[in-house]
Amino acid sequence: MFDQLSDRLQETLSGVRARGKLTEEDVDRAMREIRLALLEADVNFKVVKQFTSQVRERCLGAGVLDSLNPGQQVVKIVNEELAELMGGASRDLAFAGSGPTVILIAGLQGSGKTTACAKLAKLLAGQGKSAALVACDTQRPAAVDQLLTVGEQAGARVYEQGTKRDPTEIAEWALGQAKAAGDDVLIVDTAGRLHIDEELMAELAAIRKRTKPHDILLVLDSMTGQDAVNVAQAFAERVDFDGVLLTKLDGDARGGAALSVKAVTGKPILYASTGEKLDQLERFHPERMAGRILGMGDVMSLIEKAEEVSDQKQAEDLERKIRRQEFTLEDFLQQMRQVRRMGPLGNVLGLMPGMGRAVKQLRQADLDDRELDRLEAIILSMTPAERARPQLIDGSRRKRIARGSGTTVQAVNQLVKQFGQMRKLMAQLAKGKLPDPQQLGLG
Amino acid sequence: MARSWRDAFDLGERPAEGVSGVEEGEGPAGPESGSGLFKRLRDSLSKSRQALQAELGASLFDQLDEEAWERIEEALILADVGARTTAEVVGRLEAEVEAGAVPRGDPVRERLVELLAEAADGDGARVDLSARPAVVMIAGVNGTGKTTTIGKLAWHLRRELGLSVIVAAADTYRAAAIEQLEQWAERAGAEIVRGSPGGDPGAVVFDAIAAAESRGVDVVVADTAGRLHTHSNLMAELAKVRRVAAKRLEGAPHESLIVIDATTGQNGLRQARAFAEAVDLTGVVLTKLDGTAKGGIALAIASELGLPVKLIGVGEGLDDLRPFDPREFATALLAE
Repeated sequence: MFDQLSDRLQETLSGVRARGKLTEEDVDRAMREIRLALLEADVNFKVVKQFTSQVRERCLGAGVLDSLNPGQQVVKIVNEELAELMGGASRDLAFAGSGPTVILIAGLQGSGKTTACAKLAKLLAGQGKSAALVACDTQRPAAVDQLLTVGEQAGARVYEQGTKRDPTEIAEWALGQAKAAGDDVLIVDTAGRLHIDEELMAELAAIRKRTKPHDILLVLDSMTGQDAVNVAQAFAERVDFDGVLLTKLDGDARGGAALSVKAVTGKPILYASTGEKLDQLERFHPERMAGRILGMGDVMSLIEKAEEVSDQKQAEDLERKIRRQEFTLEDFLQQMRQVRRMGPLGNVLGLMPGMGRAVKQLRQADLDDRELDRLEAIILSMTPAERARPQLIDGSRRKRIARGSGTTVQAVNQLVKQFGQMRKLMAQLAKGKLPDPQQLGLG
Repeated sequence: MARSWRDAFDLGERPAEGVSGVEEGEGPAGPESGSGLFKRLRDSLSKSRQALQAELGASLFDQLDEEAWERIEEALILADVGARTTAEVVGRLEAEVEAGAVPRGDPVRERLVELLAEAADGDGARVDLSARPAVVMIAGVNGTGKTTTIGKLAWHLRRELGLSVIVAAADTYRAAAIEQLEQWAERAGAEIVRGSPGGDPGAVVFDAIAAAESRGVDVVVADTAGRLHTHSNLMAELAKVRRVAAKRLEGAPHESLIVIDATTGQNGLRQARAFAEAVDLTGVVLTKLDGTAKGGIALAIASELGLPVKLIGVGEGLDDLRPFDPREFATALLAE
């Protein structure tokens, strides 16, 4: 499985350290693992082939850095190449100089267009732009009702003329309305269509011609498999979209399709949808997706999220504490509370390096946000001294804490042990090292 | 040969009624023939074949060198069968060829189709509608086509099998999901039991079963909200809907089907595994096979989890739902 790519590479290359250099055989063995991992992540077969041959070149003869073991060295190269392929800096939406900016939303059935429209409106509203929506999906039953509902939830005006009129005409009419009403942005929701449906693709091209959108976004389900390249190529040919809005990233799909689409069409991923709530849409950070595809977490997003909810001073204090391994259970409690303000546990943990496995274990243990209540209870049942120095917690203290929090001694033990592991991991990361899963007992 | 609707469903001791009561509700004049459907399937598949340049020419099965085996693997991986299941199937075929059990050339292709069909087939599992009322629960992640599938299923159950149907609008979460199902129910000529938006989905299913019992309706088909399998609270909610059904009527739901979008990649396996844990799935409905995606993940799901595909969706029309035929599916995977 992908989660263990890093482990498997280290195992495959365990004999290499003594020699200090990667040989052709070592690299070929590593490439087989990487190939499988990327296929498992739904990266297109052709892209995988091209990619592994590129990585192979770079790995051949690459010296093993002192700070890394050979497995980590290969992971580092793969990570860098993936980030490169994902597309450097992320692009912003293009906005009109005057009059409404038109954003055309297109994609296959069920990719999440209608919800994405409302989320985008909400995101833009947060940036001080008033966004209106227009319902041009006249195909799917009740699609107009759905847009009306989510539009209202997002606080966006919705233009609609039912399902009897031609979508092209509805779009053009709405553009006139938006101009008159002084909307900053008009987001055009369209019907889901198959990329091989000639009639509907022609309709989309017609809407594009009439409304002259400033941005065309292809909505792509992050769970899409090998077919993503065919879909993206067809949409690129017919409507020359500007970027991709990637949906359902709150699941556990690796999202290799995003990589394929970027590699094949050269179009960047602009936004990522990470939950069912309307505020769960984010700017996409290509350099971070590499970590997800490789199962290596996303430190950058985590740091940024943490920054959003904590102030600068706190963040600096915390960073110092983490580096010095002075991070206490009290800090952990504060962090946990902040983390919970960031969103559901699975989302946040998934962003942490080395936590891929942990998230899975948590899921197996059916650990969800209610479980966090229990963790909080355990820490709250500790004395300030115990929170600062968990090593103080002996048998009788454990019993007291378990009683106080309504949990078990085992649960207290587990929390203390995991906290110790986490503290080490965080210290390593803060020093800029890749975590060594074996050392942490996670591997 | 494509399986017929009657073959695909176990109606128990129900007398084989004629097609009755279908004059209400709109819909196409006659069912499309099976061969027409698979021609469409193959047509669309041949497009993807061209796009991917992974066609498996006859010469490939004559030469069978290392490159040929790689090309076969490539075709299956491009069809989303997944590296693991692909390696299993191709490894088995390779062993048989090397042992001399299969002569080179066309018989190898034949055998490959057979192996793939076997892997996809759950012993010709049928949709069990023998109970009265029979309760069918439809679940899956967001956007796979659950509501559309239910509309088509209701229409077919009435038209092909002469069964009366109540659809339960238990997707109380997504905006306008109830309205969407209402429109499908109207087209299909099925009754609908609905709750209020944001209401308890279990209660809707409970009421639908009660209504079916009191009115002597044959089948209850329950729509549920799309949910990502990673949201444990939503999965627990789904498990509860199932328990409520079981409490109201022993043995219900008699079928719990997960709807998998054919464009889904390897994540489909995780979806199926998680839903199977939550609601004890009995099979898969594979939708959107009218695109260029081949739905190979269904093969991985069948072979790793033992969950057979029971129905396939091939479009947005009322009649675009079909019984699953493993052989046709396997042939289409290789995109001949």
